[in-house]
Amino acid sequence: MIQLERVTKRYPNGREALTNVSFFVDRGEMVFVTGRSGAGKSTLLKLIALLERPTRGTMTVNGRNTGTLKVRHIPAFRRQIGVVFQDHKLLADRPVFDNVALPLVVAGAPLKEIDKRVRAALDQVGLLGKERMVPVELSVGEQQRVGIARAVAGKPALIVADEPTGNLDPELAVEVMRLFKRFSDVGVTVLVATHDQHIVREFGSREIVLESGEVRGGDPDPLPSLVATR
Amino acid sequence: MNPATLATRHAQALMGALGRLARAPLATILTLLVIGLALALPAALGLLVTNAEVATGGFSQAVDMSVYLKSGETLQQAQRLARRVRTMPGVANVTVISAAQGLRDFRKYSGFGAALDALTSNPLPNVLRIVPRAEASSAADLERLRLDIGAWPEVDVVQLDAQWVLRFNAMLGVLRRLVLTAAVLFGAGVLAVIGNTIRLEILNRHAEIEVTKLVGGSNAFVRRPFLYTGMLYGLGGAVLAWMILEAVVIGLTGPVARLAQLYGSAFVPTGLAARQCGVLFGGGVVLGWLGAWISAHHHLRRIEPRA
Repeated sequence: MIQLERVTKRYPNGREALTNVSFFVDRGEMVFVTGRSGAGKSTLLKLIALLERPTRGTMTVNGRNTGTLKVRHIPAFRRQIGVVFQDHKLLADRPVFDNVALPLVVAGAPLKEIDKRVRAALDQVGLLGKERMVPVELSVGEQQRVGIARAVAGKPALIVADEPTGNLDPELAVEVMRLFKRFSDVGVTVLVATHDQHIVREFGSREIVLESGEVRGGDPDPLPSLVATR
Repeated sequence: MNPATLATRHAQALMGALGRLARAPLATILTLLVIGLALALPAALGLLVTNAEVATGGFSQAVDMSVYLKSGETLQQAQRLARRVRTMPGVANVTVISAAQGLRDFRKYSGFGAALDALTSNPLPNVLRIVPRAEASSAADLERLRLDIGAWPEVDVVQLDAQWVLRFNAMLGVLRRLVLTAAVLFGAGVLAVIGNTIRLEILNRHAEIEVTKLVGGSNAFVRRPFLYTGMLYGLGGAVLAWMILEAVVIGLTGPVARLAQLYGSAFVPTGLAARQCGVLFGGGVVLGWLGAWISAHHHLRRIEPRA
């Protein structure tokens, strides 16, 4: 699902955020990317969501080479990926329903389908009944969960989340992680960037440790023979 | 995406654009007023030309040409020449005014009846009166016809007595060109106004556009509501321009009718015909769409999601 081969990302200002990163994530896996802030977790997620392109190396996400994918194919590519942002990136002036419906609307889903799936997604994050509220009326944790509902509403093949539990109390954090786990159980690939070691231990999923832009531990699962067949 | 879904998306974009305009009524009205006035000016000039053409009705048909034959030519000869002229291109009608007829008319209209009695013979020649076709009534066409016929041995003088009609038609020509120039200039103005309005709207909705792109909204999807906003501005401005013109025409009807009456005419000014309304409204919509497209194409490219 995600395959990086010696990927380096250097920003225009000269800072090298990732250096020779290689790892592999299989379809339906749930993987944690850990490391201190500044280790390159966010850059990695930006590369996967194609908000940035790799400077060097080869990177394949959901069967697409993100280094060479044409600009006009990027929207369709992003629709296959649900992204949860640390700062939610919700539309403050739109009700919860509209926020969650946005990926479905841009994908051109029929109205009935949108209604059904938005409710299902809100139900999954425990926010059913709050469709008509605007984000500022919600707590930070609830806003985070709206962001998660939006990421999963489009039934993406891959969910990437940047510190999705950063603003949640431990109990809620575990709840959100169980939600992600349920998605991975039904075949969705989940990649979560977090610095919360407690969460990682609790779920026992595979972990990739980043430090100063390099893979420094965990289990990057390169499996060259397996990679070659995908 | 199937056609029904696409139609729904377009309807949503249209309703969204309408709602957005309705939520800021003052700004919307001001923008519409600017566009409406800019469209009204060239449309008013166009209306002036149409009305001038109607008011002066048969003027362009009033062009005619008198061919004076040499005094030795007989009436039979004149009739033979008339048949020949009739076959020439650009000629609508030819009548022969015999010398005798000419003398009768002159006696009747000139008031020199008694003096004419003193003449022993008719000094007037036979005359051919040629009416050219309307489509062959340009100055160059008429001049060519005049030279052609003037070269015939039987012809003494050809008199083209239509300078003022040609001048009038030329003036209308200048006005028509002026309408076109004004339409281009003010059309560019409308483009700029709509483009700038859309630019501000895009800046205002920066966050929304960014998030939409983040969840996979294509450029076409993001652009669509702005294109509808532009088209609504263009159409609204055109409707406003039409209302302005109607009001102007109603205001002018009385005075113009009185003026026309003094010239013995029953002319009353008219507003835009259906076809002209179509051009105005269509032009407004196209200008709105184009202005919005240029602006959106330019500004939306700069908004790329940054996580």
